Amino acid sequence: MPSMTEPATVNGPMILAEGIRKRFGAHEVLKGVSLTLAKGEVVAVIGPSGSGKSTLLRCLNHLETIDAGRLVIEGDVLADNDASGHARYVADAEVRRICRRMGMVFQHFNLFPHLTVLQNVIEAPVTVKGLKREAILPKAEELLRKVGLYDKRDAYPSRLSGGQKQRVAIARALAMEPDIMLFDEPTSALDPELTGEVLRTMRQLADEHMTMLVVTHEMGFAREVASRVVFMDGGELIESQPAAAFFASPQHPRTRAFLDSML
Amino acid sequence: MDYILSILGPLAEGSLVTLKLFFITLALAVPLGLALALIRISRFTVASQAVNGYIWLMRGTPLMLQLLFIYFALPFVPVIGIRLPDFPAAIVAFALNYAAYFAEIFRAGIQSIDRGQYEGAKVLGFSYSQTMRRIVLPQVVKRILPPMSNETITLVKDTSLIYVLALNDLLRAARGIVQRDFTITPFIVAAGFYLLMTLVLTWLFQRLEKRHAVYD
Repeated sequence: MPSMTEPATVNGPMILAEGIRKRFGAHEVLKGVSLTLAKGEVVAVIGPSGSGKSTLLRCLNHLETIDAGRLVIEGDVLADNDASGHARYVADAEVRRICRRMGMVFQHFNLFPHLTVLQNVIEAPVTVKGLKREAILPKAEELLRKVGLYDKRDAYPSRLSGGQKQRVAIARALAMEPDIMLFDEPTSALDPELTGEVLRTMRQLADEHMTMLVVTHEMGFAREVASRVVFMDGGELIESQPAAAFFASPQHPRTRAFLDSML
Repeated sequence: MDYILSILGPLAEGSLVTLKLFFITLALAVPLGLALALIRISRFTVASQAVNGYIWLMRGTPLMLQLLFIYFALPFVPVIGIRLPDFPAAIVAFALNYAAYFAEIFRAGIQSIDRGQYEGAKVLGFSYSQTMRRIVLPQVVKRILPPMSNETITLVKDTSLIYVLALNDLLRAARGIVQRDFTITPFIVAAGFYLLMTLVLTWLFQRLEKRHAVYD
């Protein structure tokens, strides 16, 4: 029985995904993908659109259910194959408890439009964790200062720029004190001049040794911030290397072709 | 002028019946409609289809027929077979009928909320009911205000149907005086009463819309 408070294996991987398969109708989006994330690692997932990288991310925190494979988050099994090779999830409450350790940032922010910036950050700790508003307030304000939006705390999301919205979304996710942060193309919906502020916030997070998995098209970010880069294509994980080696000497011809096309 | 003042009393009494029916119907039909809408969008196919059929039945037959059925025919229906007094019968008919219309408005409102809102809530650990209560429904309120304003104004006027159960609502009170005094003045005064009620409703909904517009 894993402990309720401490991860069962402190030194084990934060995320262990093995042989993940996922199909939408006749189309198999993930064809047996395996990936591990160690504590403090920042992994960038790159690849052409339709390669399955976003789906992989969404499978990790149960936004999509996997058809087959094994998912272990900080030593706690989220899903595993049964005798017939189909993935079976643990009980719903357990799924929610495990997935709560992963914060997520979306391409389209998904802020709650009827709540102010501060309320967006406070809502989950109050509703989900049952904390008192006063108890979470200092933490929420500190997070907003960290992402540089303390002066916008009483504004509604509709009044913010895309970059500001995404920084609020990051603060909102951090307010739940996750052990892992998942980013699903966090800058893809932003005007080019606004990506910098979001990437800076993410870099800051990486410097604090947050474990991060980032699906991105930002090669600069992958090169400079990620400790490891993973390349996906056609529902398969093609290559995984430390960032420097990945860009200096990509091993697989498909990786090389993709990197060439990005220049 | 004196004549108008002399009929205000009985017309005001009629308005009381109208308003009583109006408020009780709203108080019952809104929660019932919400429950129906939530069942309708749920994964429970059988229940969802049953609600679908219920909505079809309630929207597909005249409210007057439903009113007459519940008052006159319900006592003879096997198993249910209860005889309701006139005013409670009217309330049951109106609440059941309006719940069907409200259910469709709520359903449309709930389904207009972006999937990303559910996902945003889910990754923060919200349960389905927490997502509904804290994230989805507060946003639905804003979107359904215009159609709800429509329906409630219709309800004010639909209340006049209860004359078929010989209940003395505003319109029936006016008609009684018209027939007694051979003048159409009571109709005009009654129209003034209805207009006043809808004016208050219109104003109320406009205020609500303005209040919910802050986050646009």
